[in-house]
Amino acid sequence: MGRRYMGRGLPYVSADDLGGRLIVVEGTDGVGRSTQMALLQQWIELQGFPVVTTGWSRSNLVSTSIEAAKSGNMLSGLTYTLLYATDFADRLENVIIPALRSGFVVLSDRYVYTAIARSSVRGIDKDYLRKIFEIALVPDLTFLLRVDVETLIPRVIEADGLNYWESGMDMHLDADYFESFRRYQMLLIHEFDVMGKEYGFESVDASLSIDAIQEQIRQKVGPILKG
Amino acid sequence: MIELFTPTEHRGRLIIVEGIDGSGKSTQLSLLRKFLESQGYPVVFTEWNSSDLVKETTKRGKRKQNLTPTTFSLLHATDFAHRFHHAILPPLKAGMVVLADRYVFTAYARDAVRGCDATWVRNLYSFAVTPSVAFYFRVPIDVAIKRILTGRTKLKWYEAGMDMGLAPDERASFRLFQSRILEEYDAMTQEVGFDVVDATLPVNKQQEAMRGRVVAALNGYTGKKHIATLPRIYPSEAR
Repeated sequence: MGRRYMGRGLPYVSADDLGGRLIVVEGTDGVGRSTQMALLQQWIELQGFPVVTTGWSRSNLVSTSIEAAKSGNMLSGLTYTLLYATDFADRLENVIIPALRSGFVVLSDRYVYTAIARSSVRGIDKDYLRKIFEIALVPDLTFLLRVDVETLIPRVIEADGLNYWESGMDMHLDADYFESFRRYQMLLIHEFDVMGKEYGFESVDASLSIDAIQEQIRQKVGPILKG
Repeated sequence: MIELFTPTEHRGRLIIVEGIDGSGKSTQLSLLRKFLESQGYPVVFTEWNSSDLVKETTKRGKRKQNLTPTTFSLLHATDFAHRFHHAILPPLKAGMVVLADRYVFTAYARDAVRGCDATWVRNLYSFAVTPSVAFYFRVPIDVAIKRILTGRTKLKWYEAGMDMGLAPDERASFRLFQSRILEEYDAMTQEVGFDVVDATLPVNKQQEAMRGRVVAALNGYTGKKHIATLPRIYPSEAR
């Protein structure tokens, strides 16, 4: 089966000759994405497949603009969306596409779904968002590490406390960090659940042990590596 | 033009100019600004690709020449969104006159020439406001090139469209690139509803036509005007 774009795609890059595998791990902050991705990468490499990883706001092009903007708290929701879209497009064209063309397995820590979730809870029209991200490639597999907000809160507080952005303080849901975090993360979890049905995510219960989660992920990844 | 943008309520006026480099649109817009200010209108001016937010990023991307058509497009859209929410929409809601040197149509033209999907680009900018008047300064390519190259020896890489590999040297590439942009402007004139200005006419004739059109668009203006003052002429500007 040939690779497909989510919509119109990039008119000047054909998806037909893009082999490799594109595996996405989605989920809100603190669900253990990085841990699972690191374990998965080791496992895939041990089987002899080369892996390239990419993650949200990691592009060389715009990461400084994003950091600068975050520290100034001056952006409208839409400006954020477009800045993240630029970051994604840069990584898509300079990391993901070349790697797939060379037959690599690309592990993506978050994907356009994160951008759609974060932007739509900030009131950006979903249809508008979907059309922007029509440039994205359809992943071979998307895992949604899912946990309820009550389990999430102590984990995040233990890790490094509630920060401004993870708590969605820019949305002014509540002046209290704890309450804002709770409400913001609930909105995000809901968005991911809705998208999960639409896009066919593999939902994984992230309250299980690290090993149990990894086992579930590997069971799904195994067959698509051989195929 | 209505279907291109989301309807937004405001009582100001948005006047924009478009055209290829060397069409003289910026000169005309600054003359219009002086006229409007002398008439007491509260005027705000904004320029394409000018926000501090992405300026450094765009500059760095351009220097390293690692922008793709899509990242080039998205960076400009980010810049526009930022200016739109800070420098365009608030003054319009306050009932002011906003003058924009280039607007979303610059992106329609340039991004299409670079290979982005035209529908995708239109969606990207669908949050914008429909201009009250959109001037397109139409000029033959040879005239524009002569104007640009007068007093300049070197063209910038992206300005000349060198990223597209149209021609090995900057001048030849610039001509091909700007010609294609010109074609895009011509092609969208009906869709967008441009007021076309013949940019080969004498400067004062163009300005006359422009003012006539703008005065008509200011009919029914309800914003707060300043007390009109005589234009202040500084020695350096006196002819």
